[in-house]
Amino acid sequence: MTSYFNEMYQGSAVRAPYARLQDWMTSMPAELRQMKQAEAEALFRRIGITFAVYGEGGDPDRLIPFDMFPRVFSGAEWAKLERGIKQRARALNAFLVDVYGRGEIVRAGRIPGRLVYLNEAYEKSVVGFVPPKGVYSHIVGIDLVRTGPDEFFVLEDNCRTPSGVSYMLENREIMMRMFPDLFRENRIEPVDSYPEILRRTLASVAPAKCDRDPTVVILTPGHFNSAYYEHSFLADLMGVELVEGQDLFVEGEFVFMRTTEGPRRVDVIYRRLDDAYIDPLCFRPDSMLGIPGLMDVYRSGGVSICSAPGAGVADDKAVYTYVPEMIRFYLGEEPILKNVPTWQCGKADDCKYVLSNLKDLVVKEVHGSGGYGMLVGPKASAEQVEQFRARITANPHNYIAQPTLALSTTPTFVAEGIAPRHVDLRPYCLVGERIELVPGGLTRVALTEGSLVVNSSQGGGVKDTWVLAE
Amino acid sequence: MLSRTADNLFWLARYLERAETSARLLEVGARIALMPSAAGYRNEWESLLHASGTADGFARKYGDAVQRNLESWFFFDADNPSSVMSCITAARENGRIVRTALTTQVWDALNTAFQDLRQLERRPRSELDLSLLTDWTMRNTALVRGSIDATLLRNDGWDFLNLGYYLERADNTARLMDVKYYVLLPKIEFVGSGLDNYQWTTLLRAMSSHRAFHWAYGGEVTAPKIAHFLILNPQCPRSLITSVEGMTNHLDRLARGYQRKTRAQEKARGIQAELAELRVEDIFEEGLHEFLSRFIGDMAQAGSVIRDCYLNGDVR
Repeated sequence: MTSYFNEMYQGSAVRAPYARLQDWMTSMPAELRQMKQAEAEALFRRIGITFAVYGEGGDPDRLIPFDMFPRVFSGAEWAKLERGIKQRARALNAFLVDVYGRGEIVRAGRIPGRLVYLNEAYEKSVVGFVPPKGVYSHIVGIDLVRTGPDEFFVLEDNCRTPSGVSYMLENREIMMRMFPDLFRENRIEPVDSYPEILRRTLASVAPAKCDRDPTVVILTPGHFNSAYYEHSFLADLMGVELVEGQDLFVEGEFVFMRTTEGPRRVDVIYRRLDDAYIDPLCFRPDSMLGIPGLMDVYRSGGVSICSAPGAGVADDKAVYTYVPEMIRFYLGEEPILKNVPTWQCGKADDCKYVLSNLKDLVVKEVHGSGGYGMLVGPKASAEQVEQFRARITANPHNYIAQPTLALSTTPTFVAEGIAPRHVDLRPYCLVGERIELVPGGLTRVALTEGSLVVNSSQGGGVKDTWVLAE
Repeated sequence: MLSRTADNLFWLARYLERAETSARLLEVGARIALMPSAAGYRNEWESLLHASGTADGFARKYGDAVQRNLESWFFFDADNPSSVMSCITAARENGRIVRTALTTQVWDALNTAFQDLRQLERRPRSELDLSLLTDWTMRNTALVRGSIDATLLRNDGWDFLNLGYYLERADNTARLMDVKYYVLLPKIEFVGSGLDNYQWTTLLRAMSSHRAFHWAYGGEVTAPKIAHFLILNPQCPRSLITSVEGMTNHLDRLARGYQRKTRAQEKARGIQAELAELRVEDIFEEGLHEFLSRFIGDMAQAGSVIRDCYLNGDVR
């Protein structure tokens, strides 16, 4: 039986960051808790924080379950995480500039060229182009898990358009509205500066030809997108326009948006749209979401696109293995945050090991996401294990495997009262002229007892994440 | 402001006003239906369908105009683009798209109406009488309207919302009055009879105006007085002239704010000038139905000019 690190209790003692929550927790009667839970849900629904799921029938507006029990980090714990996250964000961006430039890291033999240049996410159309301030990935979402007091592992990097930050902000708002006393008693670092820092970050990477206060917009695939709420929420908090492809057009050297007063120039586009869809002339010709000619304007310095096209090559599950190497190569530092050991089934030796240890491993598809298409060995039935054995044998390159991590737990409100549930963490690192990180992030929690899968599509919920002021 | 945003605000307001009209139509219908039916009258419900412009759709789906079906059609039916359900759903979707242009209060009112309506839809129909449905609609559209007035920035978005409201209201008042035409058409000798006056009063009630009418005019209810009230009296909040004035006002504001005059402004001013000159006798001389049809046509044109001048994204 694996033992899991409980973030609140060490034996029967309460760990310091959670000290003040003990009373709060034990003194709350069940009725009050149920009332508060219902209140939180009503707030989420009324404010409209839902993620829309179309085409599956039923209510298109779903709520991600919100757990009121906060997840807490001490100031010291956070300080270390912050250094590790910023280090990683710097290295990932240095890597991107390098592989679209001279490719020193490949020449030096520190990462196999085929992983980079034959990668589906490697964008040939931007080779040789350096985006403003040398930044490709402006919002780096780094998924972390904890296994001990001082043990953190990076599960994956998200360099393209990581989502979920609206939950970080709203979870906090809702907690402050429902439990103001908690915030008086604990000194909790605020996270509400995120939209302002994001706006500043985006404005700081305005293109070369922009000679004025840059106009920033958010580009959304549209209101049918499941993350539409987040897009409009961020636009609102930053005070920038939320545009769809049809609202933008290219004329001459610039991009313009269609307004009631005629065309207005746009300088920075924070796109929440994959590379493949942003410009039908350059990428998928059948895309109705993009802006024809956008890439030409981009490459000639008329507009900035965040994240920069091509950033995806840094957050591939196979490239992930080499991030510690990037940190050593570009920064000359030792990685502060650890990678999870990863076996690549595409390598014969690794594959052999994986196949003979399936019961103990987590197997993932290289390009999978959302918790789909994965095997959690220790929790799987013999039949499921055999199914995966067959799949891996048939197509080894499509799979990687990692040891089953003993994800930490935090107390969580469940039907029977309070019980430990497994959690992960996604902080959002902002990279522009400066690298900044608000003290907090999105904590996802696996609400099913014993489950290690925190994805909302698989029954996961979210929690407010606190960093205590020292 | 983005043309698409302006367009969504414009339609958000139009749908809300239209939801209210559908509820009002239902109320007129139910009241007329309470009267002893007289030979020579068209089926009253039939006339409502004509006035709302949805008679064909109804006939295809339900056939005969039975009150129960009419209630479904005007209130819940997703196949009727003008039903309260369709309009509130569309308005809320417009609102969701332009969430950033609305205050939390406006969104809250709109979203709560939508969530409520979904609850209402699940209740057994036998529990829902007509007055509950119409009251619900009036109350909720008023809540949205109120939160717009109380909390929204007076910027161009506010102008586009109001343009939508006034344009739709002008069109809808004209259509509601036209119901009268459809009901009475076959027997001109009913004009001026007790029955005639009862119907006019019902119309006033449906516009929540029958008390206001008495305050404004006093004495007997006559067709010319009512026509004057609903068409030419700037005191009546739903009269054609009030609505057109509202449009002109907001188009003027836009022109000042953007520092450019538009054809939309000219068009609205033209219509307003005509109404200002008009006497009730002129309207009856032209024929009430003919006048109203012409006016509805004018509003459709105004809508399309507004679209060209601001909303279609090709503004230069």
